[in-house]
Amino acid sequence: MTLAKRIVPALDIKNGQVVKGVQFENLRSVGDPVTVAKAYEQAGADELVLLDITATLEERDTMMTIVNAISSVVFIPLTVGGGIRSTQDMTRLIKAGADKIFVNSAAVKQPELITKGAAIFGSQAIVGAIDVKWEPKSKFYQVYVAGGTQPTGLNAISWAKEMVALGAGELLVTSMDADGTKNGYDIDLYQQLTEAVSVPIVASGGAGKIEDFTALLTQTTVDAALAASVFHLGEIALPQLKQTLKKEGVAIRI
Amino acid sequence: MTIIIIDYGAGNIANVMKAIASTGLSAKLSHDPAEILSADGVVLPGVGAYGAAMSALNERQLIGPLQAYAKSGKPFLGVCLGMQLLFERSTEFGETAGLGIIPGDVVTLPQQQGYKVPQMGWNQNQVRQLNPITSTLNDTYTYFVHSFYVRTARQYIAATVDYGQIEIPSVVVNDSGNVIGAQFHPEKSGKDGLLVWQSFKEMVDDK
Repeated sequence: MTLAKRIVPALDIKNGQVVKGVQFENLRSVGDPVTVAKAYEQAGADELVLLDITATLEERDTMMTIVNAISSVVFIPLTVGGGIRSTQDMTRLIKAGADKIFVNSAAVKQPELITKGAAIFGSQAIVGAIDVKWEPKSKFYQVYVAGGTQPTGLNAISWAKEMVALGAGELLVTSMDADGTKNGYDIDLYQQLTEAVSVPIVASGGAGKIEDFTALLTQTTVDAALAASVFHLGEIALPQLKQTLKKEGVAIRI
Repeated sequence: MTIIIIDYGAGNIANVMKAIASTGLSAKLSHDPAEILSADGVVLPGVGAYGAAMSALNERQLIGPLQAYAKSGKPFLGVCLGMQLLFERSTEFGETAGLGIIPGDVVTLPQQQGYKVPQMGWNQNQVRQLNPITSTLNDTYTYFVHSFYVRTARQYIAATVDYGQIEIPSVVVNDSGNVIGAQFHPEKSGKDGLLVWQSFKEMVDDK
């Protein structure tokens, strides 16, 4: 027996509400974050990812209130990020109740942020988030920042290795090509990543049906499968998903 | 009834407070030796480095009071690093003396093919000895984050998880049964974690 594979619902939060972006656009609301988080914990979620997709400072304070409220009633690990630019941002979220902080765009601009965060909170609390798009002409996975709007020229596999070297204790990698399509996870991407780095990898983007989770968790060695809309819209129920994965021989916490 | 959570600047204990509060226990943060010695239950939390934690306990003159409290027979729960501190020593960055309440050492989790260090995630407990804390734990998954583990005699091991070739003690207990340590984070282990706090509450109630 070893560690269970984690099933991780993600809550995109804007103006104090849970929303889900399809290809990062057309946001729509699906509810109150505390209610949604508690429902997922009770349904068997192994961890929750909270993404703050607002930009203003007042909305940042709303996020602190939400993290504090969720961590008062939900007792599974909470990974929080979105707009993190300094170790002060990290400290505020950790004090509010976050267990791990993920850093995306800011890490590309100031890689030392990862190292500083790991020195203060430990590598286990710092997650490197990467948004990735396959570039068919030049045949590489490119890193995008700013909510998937800006290409960086960085090769995602090299950047993953660098983030780990800087101190990230886990990677949260979203395939922008797969995200919102519900056509399955990008298996090739995660096979390459798990060979390149030894920290846990959370795969994100493309979940549409239970078989997509089975394929990801049996064909790659990622540690966790993240999804949002299939859970939010009730297309996949967590208990049924976890029972099916267990039957397929995947180590799963029931 | 007073539960004291030892306040020695260790990591984030807000989530421990929140989990305890959810079971209906009221707990208070303190580093006052008199308050600790007169408590009905003590929780020693902890995240981070062994040496720094022992220095912080030493600076606050808490080592003697914690050792005396352990001998009183009243319930004492160590969590994660707080569990490791119950032992005699750690080999993290040279040797550091621990509280010495339970015999044993804290050593680095070795690298094994296919097993990451730290162990981070949900692992399944196998109960080796029934006690108030392990009574609800057999076969349950709880949440671990750690790079070091305890090596001790069988008599002090109440539950284990397998990690590659290593059997990691997930719950430990002293000879008289009042001092219990959990390597995992009960405050992050969902409903099975909350049962651990509930069990601790019952230990305190029964005393």
